[in-house]
This record gives sequence, structure tokens and C-alpha cells, in this order.
Amino acid sequence: MNDRDVDATLPSEPPVTQALAAAHGLTADEYQRILDLIGRTPSFTELGIFSAMWNEHCSYKSSKRWLRTLPTEGPQVIHGPGENAGVIAIGPDAEGRPLACVFKMESHNHPSFIEPYQGAATGVGGILRDVFTMGARPVAALNALSFGDPEHPRTRALLSGVVQGIGGYGNAFGVPTVGGELRFHPAYNGNCLVNAMAVGLAHADAIFLSAASGIGMPVVYLGAKTGRDGVGGATMASAEFGEDAEEKRPTVQVGDPFTEKRLLEACLELMASGAVISIQDMGAAGLTCSAVEMGDKGGLGIELDLDAVPCREDGMSAYEMMLSESQERMLMVLRPEREAEAKAIFDKWDLDFAIVGRTIAEDRFLVRHAGAVRADLPLAALSGTAPEYDRPFMPPFPPPPLGDLPDIDPATALGRLIASPNYGSRRWVWEQYDHMVMADTVVRPGSDAAVVRIHGTNRALALTADVTPRYCAAEPETGGMQAVAEAYRNLCATGARPLAVTDNLNFGNPEKAEIMGQFVGCIRGIGAACAALDMPVVSGNVSLYNETDGKAILPTPTIGAVGVLDDLADVIPMAPGDGDTLVLLGQTEGLLGQSALLWELEGRAEGDPPPVDLEAERRVGELVRALKAEGMITAAHDLSDGGLALAAAEMALAAGLGVAVEAHGEMRPLEWFFGEDQGRYLVAARDEVLTALVARVLDAGVAVRRAGRVGGSAIRLGAFELPLADVAAAHADALPAVAGA
Amino acid sequence: MRAAVVVFPGSNCDRDMAVALGAASGQAASMVWHKDSALPPGLDLVAVPGGFSFGDYLRVGAIAAQSPIMAAVREFARAGGLVLGVCNGWQVLIEAGLLPGALMRNAGLSFLCRDVHLVCQAVSAFTHRVDRPIRIPIGHHDGCFVAEPEALDRLEDEGRIAFRYAAPDGTPAAEGDRALNPNGSMRAIAGVLSENRRVLGMMPHPERLADPALGGADGRLVFKSVLSQMETA
Repeated sequence: MNDRDVDATLPSEPPVTQALAAAHGLTADEYQRILDLIGRTPSFTELGIFSAMWNEHCSYKSSKRWLRTLPTEGPQVIHGPGENAGVIAIGPDAEGRPLACVFKMESHNHPSFIEPYQGAATGVGGILRDVFTMGARPVAALNALSFGDPEHPRTRALLSGVVQGIGGYGNAFGVPTVGGELRFHPAYNGNCLVNAMAVGLAHADAIFLSAASGIGMPVVYLGAKTGRDGVGGATMASAEFGEDAEEKRPTVQVGDPFTEKRLLEACLELMASGAVISIQDMGAAGLTCSAVEMGDKGGLGIELDLDAVPCREDGMSAYEMMLSESQERMLMVLRPEREAEAKAIFDKWDLDFAIVGRTIAEDRFLVRHAGAVRADLPLAALSGTAPEYDRPFMPPFPPPPLGDLPDIDPATALGRLIASPNYGSRRWVWEQYDHMVMADTVVRPGSDAAVVRIHGTNRALALTADVTPRYCAAEPETGGMQAVAEAYRNLCATGARPLAVTDNLNFGNPEKAEIMGQFVGCIRGIGAACAALDMPVVSGNVSLYNETDGKAILPTPTIGAVGVLDDLADVIPMAPGDGDTLVLLGQTEGLLGQSALLWELEGRAEGDPPPVDLEAERRVGELVRALKAEGMITAAHDLSDGGLALAAAEMALAAGLGVAVEAHGEMRPLEWFFGEDQGRYLVAARDEVLTALVARVLDAGVAVRRAGRVGGSAIRLGAFELPLADVAAAHADALPAVAGA
Repeated sequence: MRAAVVVFPGSNCDRDMAVALGAASGQAASMVWHKDSALPPGLDLVAVPGGFSFGDYLRVGAIAAQSPIMAAVREFARAGGLVLGVCNGWQVLIEAGLLPGALMRNAGLSFLCRDVHLVCQAVSAFTHRVDRPIRIPIGHHDGCFVAEPEALDRLEDEGRIAFRYAAPDGTPAAEGDRALNPNGSMRAIAGVLSENRRVLGMMPHPERLADPALGGADGRLVFKSVLSQMETA
């Protein structure tokens, strides 16, 4: 190949230099790698293609080495990481045909910080596409959001914009948004986190993959027209923010859920028709990534004719078309003999479609536009030789030791916790999401895990998203473990059998050894917990460079988890009955290191986070499901932030009843009520089964203690109490106060 | 009961509506594509479901009202057929000229998905089995019902206010009571009947709580009303 093959000096295209490469986020080493690979100076379009393929967001160059260490296999796994989303087996449908659950979580942090509504909306759109690209109908969405200090001047607008954006997209698309989490912490002042998860259902024998097959097959473009929005978005998301974050707004895409809805229906109809060989959505780095992915996975080359690409505006260059992140677009390889059928489906849904290329036998990515070859690159090498780094890492600095406990009575402490933005009711958020559409939502948001019926059956999926960044910052390995353990616990507390997870790893700049240390530690913890709890990681996403002016976010590896319930009767409610006794399962030592109590009340991040005993987690989790099956409990709730006091209060609020939690004779009140020891649940039971219940729990090798009784109109912690009505009002008002609603 | 559900490209409660109709009547509903110009013969009921028919980028329901199928729905209604529009379906029926008033952005400006309590104060084929207050969810951004005072008076005088937002005990909500009348609808109106009482538009979704497994089945009363009407007719 020589310079004449690719016209690198078209008048509209600037000459490629190392400085231009640097402006595309490529290091000097990486640019040299390109020169060595192709043996000449790349064209402007080619430089764009390399920058798209080799940025952190698309190449996982800093994280790959560590992601490989995660457990990804198990009898339930149909497709692990590497496809658009993970796929697990969840048993048969009503006719006995095997069903699969397709799910993934992905971040849209950088765009959401720049333009909260569209950033969050397109994050939802992207993850929904990942799921229906595989042939699954999305049946649930979740999201995990982190914002800065509630008092920070940007927080209110970011919170409102992100929540509206998620709702605006998911509600119109028609997927119920059923769960998630929301936190505030000053470490997110300069970088909010928007992690969106989508869950879909498909038949296990009808999953679609991205690998192209067959030579000379038409490559078909389907969906919205290509515009200039999002050009360079993935590269933007692979860098820290400085003071110029606002200037990056043009790199954010604009979402159109109505087109996405039509794209969903058209794709599912097309797949059912048998016309689709392979399919890939256009996400980050749009046409570039999707075409390379399809060719690379299929061991084929791809030829693209950009003159055929439906464009929103005139005069778009090859560079812009290859890097556009316009939303609601798909690329597919179709059976040529089915073209008429395919066209009828696209026409029915009024979607643009065009044959924009074909598969070729050579290992080549050939891009033509306006009569010239704009790119001619070795296709497999584009992804195969992407840089991979073994970045240096160091363990984090240990947290300061746990100091004196606050001088406060437990009821007052609970009152403050429950009125805080972090522990107040999330109702203000989830009421803006349509969580009922599709008429299969069995357990709505606000419980431990959402439960969504598998349509047409009496079985259900349980879904949750969890992480405790305070723990991850203090001791990353424990934090990683705890994130998985809490997700496991939330699933067990709703009666589900945990099956698998998706991870969304949000960290700062990996070029800093302490950030890389957080990453490595969290991965180790996640890996250990997923292995011990038989919840393999089947999909995920890494978001690095969540830093502004050198200040990183807390390490936030969000774990999205899926479990299954074999019968709707297995669902364990969170609300106990009047007169029920609350029984605490699991060992309590009263560990307040890195606790919600210290952080919320006094801004102290002290001590070690509570250790996670994975064997004990499993034992007590399985026990909770068994207790339900044996008819011994009426309700359950997991213990996490805020310990026993917050868990008991949340159960009471869910039931609209008071609760009296007994003090512990030998433990200091704050330790007993607010300790965050892991592996614990509060279960509710009728008096007549208590004796049998305690025997059953001890028999399973789990510590048990009677904790209190449900009823009355106050929340009592030992000798102290708060009126239920006051607690309920404070709980309800916490978030609207932040949002100014 | 022979029912059809109209499907626009952005409908997203079409399946839910068909499931609820099927469960109530034991007969599968026909799905009718918006580009069709005729309804299946022999229908007892046409349902226009919720969703975002054409994305709701313009005035909600305005484009859907121009779809070919809506001419057939208008004709069906004119001939005395039963037409039920829920949520976006009500918005479409208003735009199609089959029901009075308008549905504006919610008073709090936010999309709202929550259970509401409704009291039925009208006699109609859709409501005669609704003999107690019911609890079903809303899920909308544009559900604030408005009309001229004279038009509202007329609706009241003619007994065409099918549902009002209410307290759990059935006491109608005050217009300004945002806890009970969450979208701020005038006179807390949640559902309206046509002059001949054969067309009903309502914002809350009876099809979303028509199955005890989902935590409530009050919505079934609406479908059972229609069904028993068929049986006695």
C-alpha cells in the first residue's frame, strides 16, 4: 500500500501531524504505532478512525488486563462479555421454550455532566439498543446516579436534568424504569455519574450476534439519519474535564426515543423474518466501531460507500460520518435474497435504510466517499492491535482511624439520616419514570430489588443496582466485594435466586497509580465475590477519567444484578404486618468504620469498612429464601447503610406502621443501631412461628436475635422515639428539597 | 366481546391493553395498524391505547388523529360503537374531535407515575360495574384536563364526568389538592364521556392494574363493565 491509495491531501481535510494526533487524544507512542502499522501517514479520516478505536472508552486499554481476571462463566451463562450485552438462561417460557435474559449497564457520565437531559437520555437509548440488538425486547431499565454535594450550585440542575432525561427517553420508548440508586457526595461535584442498565427477554435460540458472515453480503444501515452530533464523543469521554467542560457540549448527542421505539419494533420483526445475519448498534464512535466490530468478529473485511449513508445535513465529510454518534442507528448484514421483505418492514416503520457497503474476504476496512478512498486500513489490526497498558498501581492510603462516636441519641441520629438527601425517599425520582408500562411490574421501585414478571408466565426477574463508594475509597477490595454482596442481598431479600451481574466501573484517571490501585482492588473484590456467590460477570462497561481539575470521583464500581423467582408466590415483601416481630439475621459487632452515620452526621470518613464474609453472605442469603419457602416470614429487608435503625425504619415506612427496636444490652446504642456489619437481614414473623424460626436459623449456622416489634405510631430505638408521621414527612421531603420541587 | 386495539408507531400500552381485554373477555383483541383504513368487521369496542403515538414532539395526539385508521374510528363512534381511549389514547380522541376539552402539561410539569384513586359519577357502558372507588395508576406528562367553564358545567349537568380523582374513600379531590389530583385537572376530572356516552377518554390506566399479581385489579371493573354490557345487550 502506498500514499496514492488514500488521498491524504483532499482540500477539505487538514494534513495529519503528530500534533493533530495529540488533539485526537492519541499519545506520541500511539501515533507511532499507527505509522508502524500502516507504513505511511494516515489520512485525516483514518486518524479519526484510529482515535475512535483506540480511545479508552472503546478499547479498554487501561482496564482490559484486569477485566480478564473476572469470573465470566457458569452453567447459566449463554454469552459473557464481548457481545453487545450479556445473556443468561432463565428457564422456559409457558410453552417450554428456553428463555434468556439479556442485560448490561453502561455509563453516560461525561455527556450527562455537560448536557444532563440529553446526556442521560442518550445513555438510556444506547443501553436499550445494546439489548434489542441481540434480539431481546427490553422489559426493564434501572439506573445508578451519583451527584455532587446537594448544596453545590450545579447539583440541582444536574439532578433534575438527568432524571427528566432518563424518564423522557424510557417513558416514550415504553420500558418500565423499575429501580436503581442515587447518591450525593462532594467527590462528584465535578463529575456526575449516570449508569443506565437495560434488561431484555429473548428466546435462547434466537439471540443475534454482531459477527458478520458470508462474503459479498450487503451491509445495511437502518434508523435515524447521520448528523454532526456526537462527533468525537467517545474521545471526549476518555479525557478529564478542565474548566472548558461547558465548551464540549457539541460532542453530546441528541436522543429521539420515538425513532428508537420504531427501530426496536422493526429490528425484532426483521429478526423474526430470518433476514438478519448479524447486527450491531451504532453506539460510541458510531459507524466506525460498529463496522469494525462486525468485520473483526466475523474474520472479514468491510467496504463502506459513505455516499449511500442517509445524512441529516449536506456537506458532511467522511471524517464526520465515520465519527458521528447520532443516535438510533443500526448496522446489519442481511441475507440478500430477503431484501424485499426487509424493505417492507423498514417502510412499515418509516425508517431510513440504505445499503452502505458489503463484506469482503480481505482483511481490509475500505471507506470511500465522493469519488475518493478516505480510509484503507487493515481491519483486524484496528481492534486487535489497540494499545493495552499495564498501568502502575499502588494501594490507597489507609483511612484515618475511627475516632470517638458522635454525641447523639439514636433516635435523633435516625431522624437526621432519614431526612438527608442520601437516605430520604427516592419517590420523587421514580415517580418521574414510567415503572408500570408493560404491565408486569410486580414489585415497584423503593424496595430491595424490583421484580418484573416474565411476560406470560408466573415467574419473574429480580433486578438491583448497588455499590457503596465510601467503602471502595477506604479499602477497594472490600468495597468491590461489598458491592456484589449487597446486590446479592437485595435479590435474596426479595426472594430471588441471584444469577449474574453486569458491572459499570467508574473511576478517575488511570494514569495515576492511586486511581489504578482503586481499580485493581475493586476488581479483585468483585471477582472474589462473584466467584463465591456464583454470580458471573456477563457484561459491563468501564468509565475512566472521571476527574475535573485533578479531583477524582470516589471509586464507584456499580454492580447491576439479575435474579430469578420461579413463582410469584416466592416474592418476599418489604412491608411487615402489624404486630409482627422483627428478627435480625447475621452477626452484629457494631462496626461504624466508613458508616453512613459518621459521614452524614459529621462528614467523617474514618475507619475500615466492614469486612465481607462471602461464605456467611451465601449462607444467610439462602436461608432467607428458605424461610420464605417454609412460610416462616412475612417480610424481609437487607441491612446496609445506616444499619439496623435505617432498615427497621424503612420497613416501618413501607408498612405505614410504627416499630419498636430493642436496645442491645452489651453494645453501645450507636454501634448496635447504626453499625454496618455485612451479611445481615431483618425479617418479620408472626409470634406463633418465632420459636421454630429461631431454631431454624441457628440450625443453618446463622446468628439470630429478636430485634423489635411492628406497630403503633412511633419509631422507637431503645428508650428514644420519633413520631412515625414526622419521620414519614422528613423521609418524603428530603429529595424534593434538593430538587427544589 | 370483539375488541380491537389501535397501534400507532409509538404506542406502548397496546400490548397491555390487549392482555387486559383478553383476560376480561376470554377473546383475543385484534391489533389494528394505524395505516390501515378500515376496522375489522363486527367489533364491539375499539381501544386507543397509551404511549407516545408519534413521539409527542408536537401537541400530544395531534399527528395520530390524522392517521388513516382514525377516520374509521370516527365513523365507528358515530355509528354508536364503544371507543375507549386511555392516556395518550384520550389525547388522540380529543384531537380527533370525539371528546371535548384539552389535556395540558401536568401542573407540576413533571411526568408522574403513581397510583391514584378514582370515583365514578356517571352511568355508562364502561362504568356501570364501577360501584366503588377504584385505585389504578397514572403515567403521563400531559394529563391536566382543561375546558371552558361552560363546557365543564355541561359535562357535569349531563353526567359525563366518568371519573374524578378522589381520596381513597371516594371523596372527590379538590382541584388544588395536588396529592389527590396530581396533574391539576380542572374539577379533578380524570375521565370524560362523549355526548352519547359511548366514547370514554381517561388518563389513568385500567389495564395496568387489572391483574391481582401486580398488586391490584380494580382496573378490571372497567373491562367487566363493557363485557357485561355486551352480554346483556
